[in-house]
Amino acid sequence: MSETAIRVENIGKLYRLGSSKKYSTLRESIMQTLGAPRRVWNRLSGPKAAPKPEEWLWALRNIGFEVKRGELVGVIGRNGAGKSTLLKVLSRITTPTEGFADITGRVGSLLEVGTGFHPELTGRENIYLNGAILGMHRAEIARKFDEIVAFSDVERFLDTPVKHYSSGMYMRLAFAVAAHIETEILMVDEVLSVGDAEFQKKCLGKMGEVTRAGRTVLFVSHNLNAVEQLCNRVIMLEGGRIKTDSKDVRSVLTGYLFGADDDDNTTSWVNSKGQPANPCFTPQRFALVDSEGREVRNPIRNDADLWVEIDGEIEQADTSLCIGYVLTSHEGQVLYWTYHTDQRQSDWPNTTRGPVRLRSKFPKQLVNEGNYRLELMASLHFREWILEPGNNAPHITLVIQGGLSDSPYWMQMRPGLLAPVLDWQSVEAPKSAEDIISARNR
Amino acid sequence: MLKSIAASHGELRVTHIQPRRGLRVLDFRSLWEYRELLYFFCWRDIKVRYKQTALGATWALLQPFMTMVIFSVIFGRFAKMPSDGVPYPIFAYCGLLPWQLFAFALSETSNSLVGNAHLITKVYFPRLLVPVAGLLTGLVDFAIAFVLLIAMMFYYHLPIRSSILVIPFLLLFAIVSSLGVGLWLSALSVKYRDVRHVLPFITQFWLYATPVAYPSSLIPHKWRFLMGINPMSGVVEGFRWALLGTAHVDLGLMAVSVVSVLLLLAGGLAYFDRMEETFADLV
Repeated sequence: MSETAIRVENIGKLYRLGSSKKYSTLRESIMQTLGAPRRVWNRLSGPKAAPKPEEWLWALRNIGFEVKRGELVGVIGRNGAGKSTLLKVLSRITTPTEGFADITGRVGSLLEVGTGFHPELTGRENIYLNGAILGMHRAEIARKFDEIVAFSDVERFLDTPVKHYSSGMYMRLAFAVAAHIETEILMVDEVLSVGDAEFQKKCLGKMGEVTRAGRTVLFVSHNLNAVEQLCNRVIMLEGGRIKTDSKDVRSVLTGYLFGADDDDNTTSWVNSKGQPANPCFTPQRFALVDSEGREVRNPIRNDADLWVEIDGEIEQADTSLCIGYVLTSHEGQVLYWTYHTDQRQSDWPNTTRGPVRLRSKFPKQLVNEGNYRLELMASLHFREWILEPGNNAPHITLVIQGGLSDSPYWMQMRPGLLAPVLDWQSVEAPKSAEDIISARNR
Repeated sequence: MLKSIAASHGELRVTHIQPRRGLRVLDFRSLWEYRELLYFFCWRDIKVRYKQTALGATWALLQPFMTMVIFSVIFGRFAKMPSDGVPYPIFAYCGLLPWQLFAFALSETSNSLVGNAHLITKVYFPRLLVPVAGLLTGLVDFAIAFVLLIAMMFYYHLPIRSSILVIPFLLLFAIVSSLGVGLWLSALSVKYRDVRHVLPFITQFWLYATPVAYPSSLIPHKWRFLMGINPMSGVVEGFRWALLGTAHVDLGLMAVSVVSVLLLLAGGLAYFDRMEETFADLV
């Protein structure tokens, strides 16, 4: 069956900046109406005041694609690329400014799990309410009720108002309902980024099950691993337009991770946009430096003295502050996490109020030749993320080339994620083969 | 804006999404499709309404009852307000019931879109369901308070007349009136939060413009017509006629009310429909 499930033709969505965020008051509107004759007069008599183009933004422009029935399409892109707007248009929450789309079949859209959950209602009641909001019929919910409850693991609390639930229980119940939507087309936005790792795994499994059932899925996510696991096609948005639309999921994701041809393929990051401000820690700079503190450029030899330097501002000292980075391979595999609080507490570097500079030695000759991504992370231990890896945290790129070892026999890159130069020694050898055997038997 | 066309695409329906142009007839088809959601919205609002209150649904009785007591003391006792020949308390209570239904429905519908903003920005459903659901919740309170009215009628030895059968129509009329106004206000409130502040004032003003505390016979005949523009005066007087048998129904007044309600509703629906597409972007 290669029928078209979703056909999108030249869709565009224009937003007026400001008005979409700010509420206008009645007074402004009345004043504007009263001022209309004057404006008309001005326009007729004087030169036309140019409309400010910066007040308008095409959140989506010239979007066109077709999805065949049964295709699993991942939609990726940085924040503000238009992913969520696209999903909102296709799930009819908002209307496009231009273009059109035809969708064949019932659509279930999940822009959020637990939409419409009411804190005062019990788990049982919320299953029905949420199901209905997601477009399920009462009979359908009743039929799946047991399954939903089993999936959510909250049987014991079914008759407790959900306001007494822990956030984990709440999410589980919410996802359980969502996971049982049975529409021909499913549109999902970033819902897997919640919950603990165990639950995320369960959700991914359920999503996989759903997709194998031959349904069409449009999946928006920051979680590239999930996209890679689930999707057989990926659409990458940039600035409201389609940048890539390809079935070669892996290479698109790799390119995305490394910003293949944009300018963030560098060894240093500076907070130029006044980005994530948090009183506990605001990052200012994230860079690779040499032992003198000078910034270095790619490629870097594997035997170079290399340091990772993090500058930031602390307005409010918090003892549970953890600053560190994630090292990810070119293929998206996480190699390690490291925090400045990894050692014994007495050895932790100082992070008091004011500017702070942390430096950590990058392990020499540990990883193999290749491209790596270092992503800054910061959190209040077990409380909240300040910079969450995978969620637009500042990142830099490290390209390791050469300097693998001093050996004449190891000049070329070997297979393997790691390429440590390990220690080899000779000790006093036994005289003969018999000695080895007798030594073992002893 | 959106049209759902039943197509024989292997029994799958095709949803067509495009920018909306011009006026559009009300989409009854999709409203019908989402009737279960309407039911769930009402059910939710009713369930939640008296959660965590000590007195629970007793509030539905207490509110009109206490207002009646105040009215009886101030207007009935002190001001010696005429009451068309029936005891003033039941005269007032009989007017208060449809009025409170109307006022409640009006405030529920007006605040419904902003109050359900989290839903509107995350899920699609015909937006009209939200104000309509807010409307129906008031009927439960009304039913509870109505029982007290019947009890009071026994207490005052007033006979139950066959004209009581008109009540459902009057109720429908009151509900449609509040929907007509509520649609305007709810759509406006998405853009202008001023509505929330204006509403209590509107309601209070409207209460005094409606013959709840006083009989419409108090109004000079030449002004009756003006009174009819307010649909609630027709409803309140109709209630008293149907239950207490006071005076007779002024058909001219009723006719003016009907026309004004239909105009309000048509305008409200058209405005709501025009604004519908922007709700998710603005709310």
